Amino acid sequence: MRKTATASFPVRFKRDFLLNKYLYLMMIPVLAYYVIFHYAPMYGALIAFKEYTPMKGIVHSPWIGFQNFHDFFGSYYFWRILKNTVVISLYTLCFEFPAPIILAILINELANKKFQRFVQTVTYMPYFISLVVIAGMIKDFTNNGGLVNTLLTYFGANDTAMLQKPELFRTIYVLSEIWQKIGWESIIYLAALMSIDQEQYEAARMDGATRLKSIWHITIPGILPTISIMFILRMGNLLNVGFEKIILLYNPSTYDTADVISSFVYRKGLLEFGWSYSAAVGLFNSVINLALLITANKISKRISENSLW
Amino acid sequence: MKISYSDRVFIAVNHVLLLLLVVVTLYPLVYVAFASISDGAQLITHKGFLYRPLGFSIEAYKNVFHNPSILKGYRNTLFILVFGVTTNLIVTALGAYVLSRKNVMWNRVFIFIVILTMFFSGGLVPLYLIVKGVGLIDSLWATILPFAVNTFNLIIMRTAFMAVPESLEESAKMDGANHFVILFRIIIPLSMPVIAVMILYYAVEKWNGWFWASIFLKDRDLYPLQLTLREILIANNTDMMSTGANAADQFQIGETIKYATIMVASVPILVLYPFVQKYFVKGVMIGAVKG
Repeated sequence: MRKTATASFPVRFKRDFLLNKYLYLMMIPVLAYYVIFHYAPMYGALIAFKEYTPMKGIVHSPWIGFQNFHDFFGSYYFWRILKNTVVISLYTLCFEFPAPIILAILINELANKKFQRFVQTVTYMPYFISLVVIAGMIKDFTNNGGLVNTLLTYFGANDTAMLQKPELFRTIYVLSEIWQKIGWESIIYLAALMSIDQEQYEAARMDGATRLKSIWHITIPGILPTISIMFILRMGNLLNVGFEKIILLYNPSTYDTADVISSFVYRKGLLEFGWSYSAAVGLFNSVINLALLITANKISKRISENSLW
Repeated sequence: MKISYSDRVFIAVNHVLLLLLVVVTLYPLVYVAFASISDGAQLITHKGFLYRPLGFSIEAYKNVFHNPSILKGYRNTLFILVFGVTTNLIVTALGAYVLSRKNVMWNRVFIFIVILTMFFSGGLVPLYLIVKGVGLIDSLWATILPFAVNTFNLIIMRTAFMAVPESLEESAKMDGANHFVILFRIIIPLSMPVIAVMILYYAVEKWNGWFWASIFLKDRDLYPLQLTLREILIANNTDMMSTGANAADQFQIGETIKYATIMVASVPILVLYPFVQKYFVKGVMIGAVKG
């Protein structure tokens, strides 16, 4: 060991290569994949600072500095999509993030194992249905005379095509998000719950704690590390609102509340061919995400000693 | 031990809440199933809940299964599923194996290269330009190669490979086995539960994918099932489905066709998943381990 540590770099390099040459051979397809489909696009993101035309290509298109960013920050769309993105993210953070945690705790409190399995099996199910189908169902159910719409008229609402209403878009988005993901996302918390020492519950019961009290004092602290890791990961994706669903559900009459950064990038870049402008908006999104992730990780490390790195 | 009053209230409320959740989750699916075998004319005038199919007609399913674009969609999805999942597994396993080895000089660099992509990406437009640049536009491989590895899955697999006892590899090495033999004869057979999870994760992703196909494929003959579905469900274009019928019939059949296509596209996975549920759950748990 000592020898390897002190040998010069070319010597170590050669020795390592001879020893592991098959491993490097195996790594070639993997590295090729990451270089071509992840790192080349990162390099390609440079077109945000260029005036890209397909004729000239990424390398030969002329530099224009921060012009695209200037245009974006100064445009009417900037505040609209930033606000929509932040608002929809915060809605999901406030409602969709805690939902699976609550579900896991409730499932965990069930004494009947069969009922437990049943609830789990049913609630995981929507996760496996494709977004296209989910969006189709949402569209159908919230339309005039649709299931949800009719149900709401019993409570005095008007029968309207709900997806045409800008003020309802976020609610529909977040509620359907919960419907689809609550069960699936609860798995990770259920796993964390299983590792809590059962003796703690017995001791608490001896001391006369009610169920709610033992949830508050034992269960929640027990899964707090898992919650904070999931929270940090969520922060790193704060601005990546699930745009596939938005693209499927929105339409020009709801752009005011539905259009987010990524759907804007998609529309400007791929439908209207504003390559460079769209790349600039995408880059802005990526940088903010990375900054949020790093910040959340730092804060979490300081207050709870849970962190990703 | 006697259960206190407040605990009994809690238990009752808990059961009610969970039962309510079960109903809210299941009912939309039941509704779709009922609607798909209902009589189109009755369904159109109906509003609100369905407690049973309205009449009975399998006309919608006949239309769906005789429709050329649905059949093509199935064929294309099957291609993407088979070749896609195979590619995913081979490349991910190779990567996971190399990154799970100790004493490889460059592995820390490799891991950094891989992990960084989870937190930073070039974005949609640059990816599109690269895929176009390598000539994959209008090829089904455009939905396979750019997504050959899911980094999260790679980390799950690496964690599983690292758990295989080293002594087994040592003895294989004594017998002259190289890395390919160790990976395919020892590591993979011993990691079958994780491999099963990976197959399922990747297969669901391929079966349900539509977005990348929608931007990389212009040729309608290449559309996977989900893209055809999008036209029927989102763009509400069922005309092409009910050729031969007159306008009024078209409208009536169209309504049930929507539900029949939902069934056709979702039932295969919904039927399969309870059997593989325990593997899925296992995968999520392994994934929960810090990368």
